[in-house]
Amino acid sequence: MEAIEKIKEIAAQAVPAAKIEIINSTPAAQQPALLVDREHIYAVGKFFKEDPRFQMDFCSCVTAVDYLPKADKSGCIEVVYHLYSVAQKQGPIVLKVRAPRELDQCRVPSLTPLWRACEFQEREAYDLYGVKFDGHPDLRRILMWDEFVDHPMRKDYVPPPDYEWEPTPHDDTLQRAVEEGGIMPPTAREELEKAKKK
Amino acid sequence: MIQPLTDAKPYTLTPGSNGVIETQTLEVSIGPQHPSTHGVFRMDCVLDGESVVALKPVMGYLHRNHEQLAERMAWLGSMPYTDRLDYFNSMTNNWAYALAVEKLAGIKVPDRAEYIRVIMAELTRLLNHSCVIGFMLQDLGAWGTPLLYAFRERERILDLYEAVSGSRMMCNYMRFGGVRVNLTDENLATAKDIATRFPRFLDEFEKLLTNNEVLLARTQRVGVLPKELAINAGISGPMARASGVDYDLRKVDKYGVYGRLEFRVPLGDIGDVYDRYYIRVLEMRESIKILQQALRDIPQGPHIAPEVKLRNFKIPPGDGYGRIEGPKGELGFYLVSDEGGKQPYRYHVRPPSFINLTILEDMCVGHKVADVVVILGSVDIVLGEVDR
Amino acid sequence: MAIDEGLKSELQKQGIFVLPFEQLYNWGRKSSIWPLQFGLACCAIEMIASAASRYDLARFGAEVFRATPRQADLMIVAGTVTKKMAPQVVRLYNQMPEPKYCIAMGACAISGGPFKDGYNVLKGIDRYIPVDVHIPGCPPRPEALIHAIMTLQRKIANQHLEKGQRPRWYDKNAASEYAIPAFGEHDLQPTANREVWQPPRDYRDVTLEDVKKP
Repeated sequence: MEAIEKIKEIAAQAVPAAKIEIINSTPAAQQPALLVDREHIYAVGKFFKEDPRFQMDFCSCVTAVDYLPKADKSGCIEVVYHLYSVAQKQGPIVLKVRAPRELDQCRVPSLTPLWRACEFQEREAYDLYGVKFDGHPDLRRILMWDEFVDHPMRKDYVPPPDYEWEPTPHDDTLQRAVEEGGIMPPTAREELEKAKKK
Repeated sequence: MIQPLTDAKPYTLTPGSNGVIETQTLEVSIGPQHPSTHGVFRMDCVLDGESVVALKPVMGYLHRNHEQLAERMAWLGSMPYTDRLDYFNSMTNNWAYALAVEKLAGIKVPDRAEYIRVIMAELTRLLNHSCVIGFMLQDLGAWGTPLLYAFRERERILDLYEAVSGSRMMCNYMRFGGVRVNLTDENLATAKDIATRFPRFLDEFEKLLTNNEVLLARTQRVGVLPKELAINAGISGPMARASGVDYDLRKVDKYGVYGRLEFRVPLGDIGDVYDRYYIRVLEMRESIKILQQALRDIPQGPHIAPEVKLRNFKIPPGDGYGRIEGPKGELGFYLVSDEGGKQPYRYHVRPPSFINLTILEDMCVGHKVADVVVILGSVDIVLGEVDR
Repeated sequence: MAIDEGLKSELQKQGIFVLPFEQLYNWGRKSSIWPLQFGLACCAIEMIASAASRYDLARFGAEVFRATPRQADLMIVAGTVTKKMAPQVVRLYNQMPEPKYCIAMGACAISGGPFKDGYNVLKGIDRYIPVDVHIPGCPPRPEALIHAIMTLQRKIANQHLEKGQRPRWYDKNAASEYAIPAFGEHDLQPTANREVWQPPRDYRDVTLEDVKKP
């Protein structure tokens, strides 16, 4: 496989309108990724799949990452595709695409028409992160039940209050238990009453 | 007394528009509690008579939030959770996670540890494949017999696991940079004993099954998966190889010390259930070869890289993806580390059996509902891994 | 009522067994417990292992795993009960005929175990159905499951048929069905069946000052 700069150049020649950026992995992993804009991710993916130099026919792993907004940069949901080539035994090419975190704007084009492998994995990303994949043939929840409304893997997801059976609640769990009316183990109650009497 | 037919109430056929009797399709939900779904998996089937018209897998009944829990704890903290992903193969799960972290952090593993990992992984492959064949035959109606033989062999391997790691199933054995405890000579002798005994069991197993007429009738040309679809749908492991996809990560990535070991990759040509059965038998035979080489070549030395500090373990910011050839297929971990680096910011498992289910409908449509059970058995799913 | 122990053992030597009807009845019941063939997660593999070659659950009369709840006496909740699965587990238990028993196998079935903090994990099946025997372990060894079955056998052997001491199920009109929780927007509704499970007292009248350490 060529160096990532070369790959980026080739892809930019093939899809001239696409904005492509290189994102580095950890220094040791040596798996730099190509960040492609939302409008052209499908075209870039199609190019990598069909171009005889790459032949990325195997889409191994699809997932989403939730980046919370920070002081210096805004947050986003990033969808990551890991492409490998079975025909030429090479890879990976990592494609990334970003969408805003707001639920109504969090949409990216689906790559399921290119690789069937994305079908369930994109459904999972929709279920857990709320990313809507345009062009997905069957975008439903896959892991949680259909009536569920939240997207639980988002970093700002708050689970329903439930502190029952916490044997030794402490720190913020204790604080939240008190504030939200959780359940207290009997031994803790006795100790508390002893302390009050003193 | 039987009533004469002439006295019975007469009835008329109501033909449809083309003179054909109108029939209805029937919706059947198989699971989540069903002995042949291998856990809590559901298939919503639409049947026309006995033939399957459509089939939608429904999962999530064992979704126990492995990924979110792992994002809340230190890097090493999720090692015991990986045991519970695919609860047949805790050793290979450990290895996949350790390999991904080593890739991100750039840790070099000592030779002895690599050999120990290969020995453990190949034992796991023996254990998994023999049990899968047992379960598949259980689904075919061979009540108990093959499964009991498989579990007899499994207990021998589990004894070794217990001696090595302290636990039968949930070994929690690998660490970043090596393994937790070294193998003693006694352990190696047990492993050698297993490697010599296992072919005898396999011969017995094959005598029982491979040319069995019932097995041939029920599995050949059933659930055919074409090669192009297998690659496009991301199918990996024995399932892809049964369809003729020459893609074994032990050969392609040459992780660990697989580059130094000699073995062949068996390939099927039709991609039906029988091929998937037989590929597993052949893979077990190759695994025994690998085991014997690894047990012969294992060097002396440290079992864990001495420079790795597991306490307060940190990874520089960035992401990375590490994968191994698990017994069920490509098991990968996609990990993201952020500024602190003490715990994963994102922890994603690429589960082989989840993605192998993508084409379940394509394989089942047109077959009888009884074949669905066998096809599912040949996919080899473990729900802990499908739902995580 | 009670027969003289000396006479009893003397008769036994002659091959004559004199015992109260309830003992015979309980002996029959405890020696033929049919579990439901129903596995949820990792523990199910150990359940299979305990029925398979080496551990051989058949020695205790409990090897007839039935795939339908209508023919089962015992439900072994083997593995993590998720919120998505909990209604089905309760429904299966409801479909079992009385007398029925339940073993919570493993840390997950008892309390959620290692996955307790998960958003989709039920923190113990005893929130919805009564549990007779709990087995700790992750997963428990097959010996532990066998021990649990022996414990259950002891429990069955000690059930009385006399009026006033009868177990709940002996009453024809006793309720044997438990409320099935519904899928809510964020959680199961209700989060626990208060007829079966009583939580410890709650924090509502406690203030933050009370719990802060002096």
